[in-house]
Order: sequence, then structure tokens, then C-alpha cells
Amino acid sequence: MKLTEKAEEVLEALWVAVEEDGRAFLDPDVLGIPADDPVYKELTGHALIELRQGMVYFRPEGREEGKITIRRHRLAERLMMDVLNIRGDEGEYKACQFEHLLNEGADVKVCTMLNHPSTCPHGKPIPPGACCDEARAQGDLGIVPLTEFKSGQEGEIAYILTEDNKKMQKLMAMGVLPGNRIVLVQAFPSYIFRVGYSEFAIDTNLAREIFVRK
Amino acid sequence: MASSSNNQSEVAQDGVKRVALVGNPNVGKSVLFNALTGAYVTVSNYPGTSVEVSRGNATLEGEIWQVIDTPGMYSIHTITEEERVAREILLNETPDVVVHVLDARNLERMLAMTIQLIEAGLPVILVVNILDEAERMGLSIDLELLQQRLGIPVIGAATARKRGVDEIRSAVVAYRRTAARQFSYSRLLEQDIAQVTQHMSGSYIMSPKSLALLLLQQDDEVTALFKQWDREGYEALSEKVRQITFERRESFHLDLSLERKDIVRTLIKDVLVAPAKRVITIGERLSTLAVRPLTGVPLLLIVLYFGLYKFVGEFGAGTLVDLLEKQIFVERVNPWITAVIKDLIPWGIIQELIVGEYGIITLGIRYAVGIILPIVATFFIFFSFLEDTGYFPRLALLVDRLFKYIGLTGRAVIPMVLGFGCDTMATMVTRTLETKRERVIATLLLALAIPCSAQLGVIIGLLSKAQGALLVWGLCMLLLFIIVGLLASRVLPGEPPMFYMELPPMRLPQIGNVLTKTYTRMQWYFLEILPLFILASVLLWLGKVTGFFEKMITAMTPVMASIGLPKETAVAFIFGFFRRDYGAAGLYDLQSKGLMDARQLTVAAVTLTLFIPCIAQFLVMKNERGWKTASAIGVFVSLFAYASGYVLNKLLLMTGILA
Repeated sequence: MKLTEKAEEVLEALWVAVEEDGRAFLDPDVLGIPADDPVYKELTGHALIELRQGMVYFRPEGREEGKITIRRHRLAERLMMDVLNIRGDEGEYKACQFEHLLNEGADVKVCTMLNHPSTCPHGKPIPPGACCDEARAQGDLGIVPLTEFKSGQEGEIAYILTEDNKKMQKLMAMGVLPGNRIVLVQAFPSYIFRVGYSEFAIDTNLAREIFVRK
Repeated sequence: MASSSNNQSEVAQDGVKRVALVGNPNVGKSVLFNALTGAYVTVSNYPGTSVEVSRGNATLEGEIWQVIDTPGMYSIHTITEEERVAREILLNETPDVVVHVLDARNLERMLAMTIQLIEAGLPVILVVNILDEAERMGLSIDLELLQQRLGIPVIGAATARKRGVDEIRSAVVAYRRTAARQFSYSRLLEQDIAQVTQHMSGSYIMSPKSLALLLLQQDDEVTALFKQWDREGYEALSEKVRQITFERRESFHLDLSLERKDIVRTLIKDVLVAPAKRVITIGERLSTLAVRPLTGVPLLLIVLYFGLYKFVGEFGAGTLVDLLEKQIFVERVNPWITAVIKDLIPWGIIQELIVGEYGIITLGIRYAVGIILPIVATFFIFFSFLEDTGYFPRLALLVDRLFKYIGLTGRAVIPMVLGFGCDTMATMVTRTLETKRERVIATLLLALAIPCSAQLGVIIGLLSKAQGALLVWGLCMLLLFIIVGLLASRVLPGEPPMFYMELPPMRLPQIGNVLTKTYTRMQWYFLEILPLFILASVLLWLGKVTGFFEKMITAMTPVMASIGLPKETAVAFIFGFFRRDYGAAGLYDLQSKGLMDARQLTVAAVTLTLFIPCIAQFLVMKNERGWKTASAIGVFVSLFAYASGYVLNKLLLMTGILA
């Protein structure tokens, strides 16, 4: 099913109204798209919503579709802000355009790349997809900062994420190179890790910049 | 065997061959230096101890060589100040042999630098050091195979146990430059290198390939050198470099490191055989105890209690001072020398200079030898012992979180602890801190709130006689330390510092090394303070004879009175200008004469502890931080000390504590 962008926006608004704000329906006037707009016809045609007394209600199929749509929107926001570093209104605007591309499996790819985030940049929950549930079931942490490791946990260094070149070189000189095995020896009061036969202590800020996979 | 001279300025004369020791921090370069030259530079189990370049001469199989010990470096591409100093030796002094010392346990990681050195076309000998500990961990290293693969002499050693030192001597003398083995990178990187090297025309100290890589890593120093060397060619060269660095801006440093890692991995295949299961040594168990807050804090308290309180405080400042000062000086030496001088020299004024109230012997030497020496000696034994166990880096990581609040990192723990021994020495060590901001904050705190061992010893002795006085003094110091630290970290501009530190293995210190280290520190300390003590005696004598001194005391009386002190304390404060401990020792005299009560003693002790650092410390501050910063700190400290004394006196009077 391929919906128009406008239809997807209506679904999102309805989903937020029903699932997050606890209402039973959405008032088309509040949304700003009058009830005689063809978009409602499109949605009722797919049996996703119904209009009763001029108010928009979910049908069961629509609720599921709405969840997936809002998930794409919030994933797009994360992608804009975290990865592409486009923030503010600009980021919001780009995310709105981008979300419509995240169908037919593209959302799974993006979700995995972002390591199955649970909230959008504004702190709202991202409804988990099948890929998230699967990852949780397998206990697959994916790539996480060193700060997320437990003491004694061993992993492989995936990459170093820092804008400071000097820091990067310092870390590399200490043997923090992608592909090296790393053991987190202790996490408090400072992080202690072992690479090869050497141990190093670093502070939280540096530990946050070392990304590891189990 | 080895004749030596440890003169910094003594650069080798023509014809004398030079050998430079290079390598990561804490791999035993200084131990090797000492073994080769028979001289002594400070060795410790703390990364980055050698902040200066040491030079010494050694006779190796009949030839005289100059040996250069360099600060630790992680890579030829330098980041920190110490590393720059080390590379400067390689760039400017063209040593005949470069000995790369590395830690056998970290062969894989450290070989990356050997490759860089070979690539640079330097005459390298590789010393695989600390083999004994590696063997204990079950590692086996095929040195023969490694030598074949690298194409340079490779020697196994455990220099702390004198193993392999003779082999190193012969290898240095026998070294003949051979065609260096070439390590090749990926096709892409080699192409980039070739594009840069084709713009190089001159012949340089390091190979063009190595220089090209440094340029591509945007090494400022090497870039500046090319600007000098190659006036005409520079434009084209830098344009090319700019182009390639832009193309590879995403991950050049990382790619290069990874390629080197691959080269090393191929090199050590079959060379290094590690046991399937990690062997956990006793040192590692102890290390775990030291770094867990739950066990680490009690351990720290135990260390402080037995080390500082029992050993330095009770044994050094109590038993030994009693023995030396009271029983030897006051009871025997002073009466005897006074009699002798009075017999020999008829003039009263000269008698006064040597054996009078402020006499060179009866005061200067008595303070220096009777009071200061035992306290400082016991402190340095304690400090050196702890240093060699490898405890300090663990302490550093334990306190890092707290130190961040006062704008420092855990790294500053060394100067701070050392400050309790000698603030002057500690101020010198602040140069191992990464940022200028940290260095300034550490210097300020040392000048203000950290009492040195001599001062501490006298003050503890002084205040322990009045109930609660010591507690008030201690709390004041702690509070002021925290307040000033918090303020400084807010006020001073600059980035919050980052903390990273290698943790050397914990080991049982060798008594010989601890004693030698204590001895060198004592020697340094004495050469620095004894003249000052004598100078102080002379100046005080002059002041007394000319009456200037009396005037000073009168002039300072209102100042003293405003913080509730009798005018005699002015003497102690004038003493304190020469050395703070000297001033504290002056208070000691006043107290034994019964001139001060508990409140006055406490106020005086707090003010004096905070007061202007001793002359020597001020001079070091000037050298390390420059006139402006040093003067600013000096003025601030003086005003702050006076204000604190004023407030504390009012507070004590008001609350009636210590009355």
C-alpha cells in the first residue's frame, strides 16, 4: 500500500492524538485539514480510518499503519540530527521529507544503523519494529560506546568517534584501533580497559568516544 | 666500566659518537641509561617521569659514546611537548645509533614505532625489554625470527635485572648501517606518498617516505622545517599535501594506523606466542584492590596512615628530629661549637654571625640538618617506594572524578602528593600536565594550600600540643584548597581537561632503586636549600646588627596585631619569606618560649602555610609559568593568606573555639 505524503501525515497526527494524548479521535479542524479534503477519502478507501460525525477514528488496520508511519518519522529525525547533524527547524523539515522514503525495508536498515533507538530527539518513544524486537531477543547490543559495557565484558573496537584529531591519535597510540580486542576492566570511578597486555585508565568523556561491539 | 658525566650542557665534541634511547613511556629507557653511563637519572614506575633530556658519557668496549635519554614518545608523529622534545633529538642531532626500547609484553602495539623508525632510515637497534615479566606471564618471543624479519639487530633484555646490558653495549659498538628493510603500505597510500616525495629535492635526515607521511599527518613542526629547507619547492609540495589530506580527510590517521597494525601483525606471526589462558599475577590482584573504590579508599587511608603519619610524621618528624635536633645539636654540637668559636674569634659581631641567635651554625645548619633533613628524607623514601610500586597511576584514576571539579585531572595527583614533600620540586613536575590551564591551577594550589613535608612536620609538632588546633588547621587547609580550586576552575578560561593514563604493572620496588632515588632527590634538595638557609642566617644577622630588623618588626607589628598575633611572630614571617618551613620552625621557637596561645598558634600556622611560597619555589614558578603568572600568583597568595588569617582569627575569637 502506497499512501500519499499527506495521508501519512494524517495517520501520524491521529496516532499521536490517540496513542499519546489519550483521545478517542482527531478533529480535522485542529489538524488544519478540513473534513472535505480528498485525503480522508484515500484513507477510508484503504480502510484505515473512518469518519463519524466529522471526526477521524482509527480502524484496527489503521492503528498499525499509524504506528509504522510515526516510527519512520522519528527514525528520520534521529538520522537527521544524530548522523547528519542537521538540527532545529531545518532538521525537522528534512525529516518530514525523508520519512516518506523509509519504506519497503529501508526503515529496518536505518533502524539497525542507528542501533534500534528507543526515543526520538525530542524524547518521544519510537515504536519498536520487528528488527528491534529481534535484536532484543538475541541480546545483540550492536555497536555501543565503551560506557555501555559491563565490567569484565570483552569486545572488539568498532570505531572512534571524535572531532578532536589529537584525541583520536592519542587513543590510537594507546592501542585503541578498530579490530583490536578490548576488555573493560572497571567502569567507576574511571574507566579502565585492557588492550593486549596493557591497561589504561580514561575518563567518561573519552570512554564515550570509543565504540565497541560485543 | 663506565665513566660518566651528567652535565646537561655538555654536548658531544666532534668525533664522539652518539646513541639515543627512544621508546614509549615507562619501558625502562632511564634504567638502561643508568646502566650504560653509570650516572643516575630518576627512574620510576610512572609514565612520563623523564621530562628532560639526560646526557651522559659511557665507555662502550673502549670507545667513548655519548648516551642521550629521551622523554617517552608513542609515535614519530608527536602530540605532546615531551614527545616533541624526544623527536627533536632525532631530527637535529643525528645520533649514530638509535636504540628503540620497548616492553616485551606489548610487543605488538609498540612495534608500530619501530617500523616508523626503520622507515625513517634511522640506524635502529631494537631492545625488547622487561622480558622477565613477559616470561612470567607465559609469553614467548622468538627474537631471532624477529631480527630476520625486521633486518635490524634485536636484543632481549631485562635491564632492571641487568640482563642483556652487555649485549646492548656490543650491539651499539658493532652497529653497521645496512640497507634498511622496506615496509610497504597499500597501493593507494604508496601512491600518495610517491606524489608527495616527488616534490622533495634535498637530502634530509629522515627518509623522504617518512617525511611525506608526517606531512600528510599535518605535523606542524615538519611542515615548518620544509618551509625553511625548501624555499622554492615548498609551494608545490604544500599544495600537493593539501590536496591529498583533503581527499583523505575522512580517515587518514586511522587508515595509516591500521595499515601499520597489519604490517606488525604479519611481522609477529609465530614470533610472539601467548598462552591460551591469561596468567594473573599477584601484582594484578593487588592492582584490582587499588582501583576499586570500595577497597581502594581504605587502601589509600592505610598507605597514608602508615606511610605519612607513622613513618614520616612520627618516625621522621618525631623520633629522628628529637635525636638530631635536641640530642645532637642543642645538647652537643651547639655548646661545643659556641665554645670553640668564642675561643677562636674575639669579635662579638662575628661570633654572633656564626653561633648567635640567628647564627649560621646554631640556626641555619641546625634547622637544615636537625629538623628539615630527617623529615624530608623519610618523606622521599616513602614517596619513592610508592612510586616504584606503580601505585600512583591507580591513585590518579581513583581521584580523577574529584579532581575534575577543581579543574585538574587525576594526572595532577603526582605533583600534589609530591608537594607534600617539596613544593618546589612539585611545581617543576607540573609540566607533565597536558594543558596550560591545568598547569596554572596546579601551580597555584601548590603555592597556596599544600604544605611541604618540612613545614608539615614542624606544624604537626607545633599544633599537636594544643587540643583541636591541628584539626582546625587541617580543616582550614582542606576548605581553602577546595574553594580556591573550585574558583580557579570556574575563572580560568580553557577546555575541561581529558584524562588518560597507562597503568604500569604493580611490582615490588627494588630497595636499591628506592634508595638511590631518595638519595638523588635529597641531594637536589640539599643543594637547593642549604645555601638559602645560610643566606637567611646571614641576612637575619645583618638585619639584627644594622637595626633594620628591629624596624621591620616594628613596621609589621600592626599587621600582626590585626590578625591577633604577638609582634615576635613577625620574625617567623620574615623567616618564612626565605622558606616556609624555616618560618614554621621559627614559630616552634616562639611556642617553646611560651609566647603564644593555641588560637594565636593556629592563626599563625594557617597564615604561614598559605603565605608566599619559599624563594626557591617562586623562582621555579617563574621559570615554569613566566613572570606574569608567577607574580600574579604571588600577589594573590599573599593577600589571600592575610585575609584568611584575619577571618580565622575573628572567627575563633567569636566562637571561642581554642580559647
